[in-house]
Amino acid sequence: MILASKTSWTVIVIAALCALPAALTGYQTSLATLILIYALLAMSIDIMAGYAGRTPLCHGAIFGVATYVVMYYVTTAGGNPWLGMLYGIGMAAAVSLIFALLAVRTSGVYFLLLTLALGMVIWGVCQRWTSVTGGENGLRGTVRPDWLLDPVRFYFFVLTIGLLATFIMWRFVSSPFGLSLKGIRESESRMKSLGYQSTKHLVIGFVFSGIMAGVAGVLYALFNSFVSPSSVALAQSVKGLLMAIIGGVGTLFGGIVGAAAIIILENVVSSFTERWSMVLGLLFVFTMIFAPEGIVGKFRTIKWFKKSV
Amino acid sequence: MSFTLFQIFNGLTFAALLFLVASGFTLIFGLMRIVNLAHGAMYLMGGYVAYAVATQSGSFVLGVVAGAVATALMGLVEQSLLRFAKGVELRQVLMTLGLALIIDDSALVIFGGDTFSMPTPDILKGPLEFFGMTYPRYRLFVLLVGIIIFILLWLLMNRTKLGALIRAGVDDAETVEAMGVNIRRVFIITFMLGMALAGIAGALGGAFLSLYPSADSEILVYSLAVVIIGGRGSLAGAAVGSLAVSMLSTFGQVWFPELSYFVIFGPMALLLAFRPTGLFGRPN
Repeated sequence: MILASKTSWTVIVIAALCALPAALTGYQTSLATLILIYALLAMSIDIMAGYAGRTPLCHGAIFGVATYVVMYYVTTAGGNPWLGMLYGIGMAAAVSLIFALLAVRTSGVYFLLLTLALGMVIWGVCQRWTSVTGGENGLRGTVRPDWLLDPVRFYFFVLTIGLLATFIMWRFVSSPFGLSLKGIRESESRMKSLGYQSTKHLVIGFVFSGIMAGVAGVLYALFNSFVSPSSVALAQSVKGLLMAIIGGVGTLFGGIVGAAAIIILENVVSSFTERWSMVLGLLFVFTMIFAPEGIVGKFRTIKWFKKSV
Repeated sequence: MSFTLFQIFNGLTFAALLFLVASGFTLIFGLMRIVNLAHGAMYLMGGYVAYAVATQSGSFVLGVVAGAVATALMGLVEQSLLRFAKGVELRQVLMTLGLALIIDDSALVIFGGDTFSMPTPDILKGPLEFFGMTYPRYRLFVLLVGIIIFILLWLLMNRTKLGALIRAGVDDAETVEAMGVNIRRVFIITFMLGMALAGIAGALGGAFLSLYPSADSEILVYSLAVVIIGGRGSLAGAAVGSLAVSMLSTFGQVWFPELSYFVIFGPMALLLAFRPTGLFGRPN
């Protein structure tokens, strides 16, 4: 029964997402595309924050590395965009492997700190390695293949990849491996005494989530046709994490809700004022005070509460 | 030879500045388990306030004091906000991140994106000659302040009751509270002290590193590196970490200008692999 309702919900959501461009203007369609891209980033962060219990602040940087690689490979080196996307994801995987090996021994606040510092290294490199990254000016140029230039077609392209990636992530977190990550979140020492190599599991989880952030990053390169150090800055990681938190940590699909909420809000706010960064900060503080379990999390608590009553 | 000596002095003066920021950062982290990600923003805010007061009043000292007072008060505000998420460290850390965004953006509204330099008094202007080398007086002054503050903090931590309480709190805050100490007061004092130090650092750093919108995250990253290397809650760790980070960064910038970040974070990562708690840190 529950399964049937879940399936029908999924069908309804996917149908709605497919019908969306028909109801939206061109600008709104590109906004919806952006939401899909950020939803992937938010979900990739949630794999670490929600399932493995390690809150990362470096996924914006991993995302940005993928964007940089695509932009560099296609515009500066004049390569093929598809190959560039592959390289972008590969680079994201490589960077997250290095980060993972350094960071998974720590947990809690230390993990947050270390990933933040590692992400900042990426930012520093992008800022100063001007001969490759273009420094503050960044890299600009169209990297989208011709047949994707139409915004609606591009929306469906991102939607297809997004749904595929979401499905993979959902399978990942509900697999026995995903459960082992949850086990590590609850008690690493117990998992160890049960014979699990928790470090190995965390590294795999981290690299998987990094690859997903990389997928979002290459799509962003295609979407934005421009990359600068602000794409890899801490603010990017913060934004992704906030999306995951507002959606609900440990709910995976909450990332989609969170991404939609933040990006729509960003657009509304930006049309009134330039102080988006301040609003983001206020949002962070208030979320932490009043609703740390997020939108989907809150919904679930209420549902659970009703059931138990 | 004199070039190397010059760079060593650059490293030392930067270390003094870093120590001012990181000592407060590490004490707050050690005592309250809060990583104050708004620390860089506080540095910048202190610098801006000091700049505004110093240019208006024409007094360097007044500017520095104003910067320290402003950040200490801001620390009080932050401390009371953080009580809403009491006991949940990760939420507190994320709150400080939100605060950092708010403070940074407010600074951008008030001061814009321009670069400012804190005006220095005439005595500290110009070079000083010694060992056949000419070196800016102001940077030597910063080095001196760093050393004095280190000595004062050391005396505070090791010779006063407050210091004993802080050290005890770093090891086990609950037990200290159970012994009848008002640990909240110790928390607030430490927090304000740490913030005031960040403010002083912003004021002093504002004169030779200058103040601009992304200066806060640069300082924050350096302080993070210092605390990760030195270990949480240790004054000696903050001093050694500051020296290590500033020397690596100074010489890294000379030798590999484009990749200087790697030079700091490579050794940091290596150290972490062997000593996760840092050089002077204690396990939880």
